[in-house]
Amino acid sequence: MTLDIKTIAPSELRTELIRLKDQEKMDFLVNLIGMDWGEEGLGVIYMLESTETGKTISLKAIAEDKQNPYLPTVSDLWKIAYIYEREVFDFFGIKFLNHPDMRRLFLREDWVGYPMRKNDPTELLNPLRMTDVPLSDSTKEYFLTPDGKISEKTHTVWGPDEYVVNVGPQHPSTHGVLHMRASLDGEIVKRLGLVLGYIHRGVEKISESMTYPQLLALTDRLDYFSAMQNRHALCMCIEKAIGLEVSERVQYIRTIMDELQRVASHLVYYACMAMDTGALTAFFYSFREREEICKIFEDNFGGRVIQNYNTIGGVMYDIQPNFAEEVKKVISNIRKRYHEYNDIFTTNVIAKGRMEGVGVISKEDAISLGTTGPVGRASGWNNDVRRRHPYALYDKVDFNDIIRTEGDTNARHWNRMEEMLESLNIIEQLIDNIPAGEFQAKRKPIIKLPEGSFYQAVESSRGELGVFIESKGDKTPYRVHYRSSSLPLANAMDTACRGEKFADLIAIGASMDFVIPDIDR
Amino acid sequence: MKKPKIKSIPYEEFKDNESLEAMINQLNENGTNVIVTTADDLINWGRSNSVWPMNFGTSCCAIELMAMGAARFDMARFGFEVTRVSPRQADLILVCGTITYKMAPVLRRLYDQMADPKYVIAIGGCTCTGGPFTKSYHVVKGVDEIIPVDVYVPGCPPRPEAFYYGMMQLQRKMKVENFFGTVNRKEVDAFQREAEKKEKEVINTEQEA
Amino acid sequence: MFDFSIITQWFHSLLTGVLPEWVTIGIECVIVLLFIILLYAILAIALIYMERKICALFQCRIGPNRVGKWGLLQVFADVFKMLTKEIIKMRQSDRMLHDMAPFFVLAASFLTFACLPWNKGLEILDFNVGAFFFIAVSGIGVIGILLAGWASHSKYPMIGAMRSGAQLISYELSIGMTMLTMIMLCGTMQISDIVQQQADYGWNIVRGHIPALLAFIIYLIAGNAECNRGPFDLPEAESELTAGYHTEFSGMHFGFFYLAEYLNLFICAGMASTIFLGGWAPLYIPALEGFNNVMAMIPGFVWFFGKTFFVVFLLMWIRWTYPRLRIDQLLSLEWKYLMPISMFNIILMALVVCFGLTL
Repeated sequence: MTLDIKTIAPSELRTELIRLKDQEKMDFLVNLIGMDWGEEGLGVIYMLESTETGKTISLKAIAEDKQNPYLPTVSDLWKIAYIYEREVFDFFGIKFLNHPDMRRLFLREDWVGYPMRKNDPTELLNPLRMTDVPLSDSTKEYFLTPDGKISEKTHTVWGPDEYVVNVGPQHPSTHGVLHMRASLDGEIVKRLGLVLGYIHRGVEKISESMTYPQLLALTDRLDYFSAMQNRHALCMCIEKAIGLEVSERVQYIRTIMDELQRVASHLVYYACMAMDTGALTAFFYSFREREEICKIFEDNFGGRVIQNYNTIGGVMYDIQPNFAEEVKKVISNIRKRYHEYNDIFTTNVIAKGRMEGVGVISKEDAISLGTTGPVGRASGWNNDVRRRHPYALYDKVDFNDIIRTEGDTNARHWNRMEEMLESLNIIEQLIDNIPAGEFQAKRKPIIKLPEGSFYQAVESSRGELGVFIESKGDKTPYRVHYRSSSLPLANAMDTACRGEKFADLIAIGASMDFVIPDIDR
Repeated sequence: MKKPKIKSIPYEEFKDNESLEAMINQLNENGTNVIVTTADDLINWGRSNSVWPMNFGTSCCAIELMAMGAARFDMARFGFEVTRVSPRQADLILVCGTITYKMAPVLRRLYDQMADPKYVIAIGGCTCTGGPFTKSYHVVKGVDEIIPVDVYVPGCPPRPEAFYYGMMQLQRKMKVENFFGTVNRKEVDAFQREAEKKEKEVINTEQEA
Repeated sequence: MFDFSIITQWFHSLLTGVLPEWVTIGIECVIVLLFIILLYAILAIALIYMERKICALFQCRIGPNRVGKWGLLQVFADVFKMLTKEIIKMRQSDRMLHDMAPFFVLAASFLTFACLPWNKGLEILDFNVGAFFFIAVSGIGVIGILLAGWASHSKYPMIGAMRSGAQLISYELSIGMTMLTMIMLCGTMQISDIVQQQADYGWNIVRGHIPALLAFIIYLIAGNAECNRGPFDLPEAESELTAGYHTEFSGMHFGFFYLAEYLNLFICAGMASTIFLGGWAPLYIPALEGFNNVMAMIPGFVWFFGKTFFVVFLLMWIRWTYPRLRIDQLLSLEWKYLMPISMFNIILMALVVCFGLTL
């Protein structure tokens, strides 16, 4: 959809946002996008949504000072802004006044310059450094002195007497290269800090120098368990921007593939959850079924993990003649074996003890932290994008919202398990009546998006995944931003883990089910 | 010349036999000793059949590593299933996924922490050359810039069968090594000398203190 | 039942005929030592192979099958590899303690290993407080683990070692209590006597019925915890503490921990079969004379190994099924449930024995 962005002066920004939050109940900060508008200066786009009315609004604020830009913080209004603002500071160097923790988020602390600025010679200034990654124990806070100058003060994060354990970047249970610093009191986690960026690949920056069809290659590699949905989002965003209609057949195929991908992802989630809590055999059970889904993917387009299937205006290849039959076989297999998962792991007394009442996130926190997807739905927040902003065929199929209110690890786990069955239901409704038609719409070889800002969200396997494109009417986008579904989940770890045991930290991390390349992008 | 054998796959079916033969010639430049060779064969048999990989995955390729451990591909058949999470106990580091500038020193440290003999397989396009992210400001263009690599497995991500092919190529390399006598790894390790120098400095400062 | 002491005594008298007493004992010690080391190594290899195959069975896989027929040589390859692997020396570790730690663990498992009765007349360490000795020396292992964690100068091993200390010390109580229960039934601490009694009057688990069965279950749970095996593998907890207390060990030093882990499993199962399942005593059913004669033909060590491997299989089954406990759950299981139950069990057994209610 095309975004209608209202410009607002930085001095009025905070009062306006507070008004929106309190009076219009805009309690969900969807996105906070840093921008470099070149001549106009640096600024930020805020995308807000109300969880009650479903109304959305977008604001933009451009910093007045072009050399040393600063804006007021909103991290006290929405908890998720804490990490978004750090991201913007890292990439654009916009200082958020009164933000308690203005450290770099993704890049090394000794990084020179701000890579996402349009004229920053990042690559020249930053060769490969083989010295150890510096980790500071204190943070900076910037504030405005009465005479209008920026001043800074230092906060200590990790005191000298704290027993800080580094979980990661190489650790079996962080599902990649996440680095968490946990301050322990015996076995109890006192506080948790995140060090991100070990797999920051600069996708958003590379995208700016690529044509639109080239962009597609990168999305699969962000959240590789939601490869289909990611690419679906980007394709849809571009299609809507250039007004390209895709055929009914493509819609069917895309929806089915999205749901198959979701089932595969949740199966991997189950495997990881079981492995992290020490039940290794359960891991093999769910991988057995996942292989069957992978086999369908292989048959239809070759890829197992990364499919490169959706294209602008359609899909890469038509589905195989035996597709429906194979999918039905997989559905019945998973249904048949679903009870095995619960027998060996979920209903086990030890597993219950490990999951129940652990890592509770309240509904208010979930909304404020922006934890979409099964995690948010476990806290009682119905945030399904398929419901909120239906796309593809989701307004035509019939599916239940799976919502729990406990907000603990157990609720998150069961949400995913039941969502898997719900996805199978959706596939079953569609699989028999895929209409005939073209699998690829005709389009011009060179794609140029009209001038403007475009945003499209999909429900990926772990929550809302949004693609934001700002175009100046060229072959290449001016700015691409992905609303990561995993970054808010990782950010919620601190809230969920405080006061829990060290072993629970691992179980909670597994129940969040974040994918690190999606966090770091 | 010694031709390394892999069970039920003939020597000729492997690709790139030339570089393996070149490596054998280089290793045996000074001639071989019968007794030593027999002992070498026994040790190499043990080493090549018990390659314990380290759990190291940064992105997509790690999922195929997981799939490789699962039932359809079952890496336990080859004795690879004892994945150690501590680098000290692992023999092989499968670099699965993109290595970024921030991760590079960590990877180097992990490699240094491993006990000899240690081997490296670069899995996937990103680790071989930088893959789709070559243009990025934060991605290492090939892990061979940081650590010496024994086998490259391209693909995005490679199929588990390709992992096995890579592991078997590594086994072939291991089977011709010499435990006694010569040095096995002739590639220059750029960071080795620097690290040694640094270590000496640290020891010196410690002693002075 | 064939009595092995005939052979050992004949050998002893043969040597004392030509050599002075002290030389004889010296030679015998060396032979016994070689025997133990050999058996230890063979059993470790067999157990590792067994574990890999059994875990593959549970996980719908095949397990090792490329190295040798059915993968039989797989573990030998691992041993060769391990023997030639570098042992890393770390600058900041406490070098001496760090190097000593694996040997403490190994020594504990050797000493307990020597207590097992392999066959009639084939006990290595057998004296009147055998069961007590067994419990005492098995406690040495925890020192090794604590030292390993402390000397590594690293945080994960430290947490692993602290967990291990808490765990092993707690569960040792349960092991002691259950063994005490069975000693009350037998009236002796000498291991050969315990087995001989079972050969004469029937297996303890049948003879002591309810309290013995209760003790057997508690023993299995506590024994599993003593071996640091899942669901009680907290000190190693791969997914939490990387490799736990042996994170910083490489090469053969790690290999010793690895071997000791499996041997402890065997010893735990062996002791279970000795005090509950009759050791080398064959199956005896009073009414069936012919059946009993056939059973008695099977040599004692076959019975012993059969029973032990059965218990090992049970423990592996548990290991590959359950998720891991958390440290507070682990300790509350011991102190709130197992301990009171085993105390109650002692009283129950005392009553059973006093009133002659044994079968």
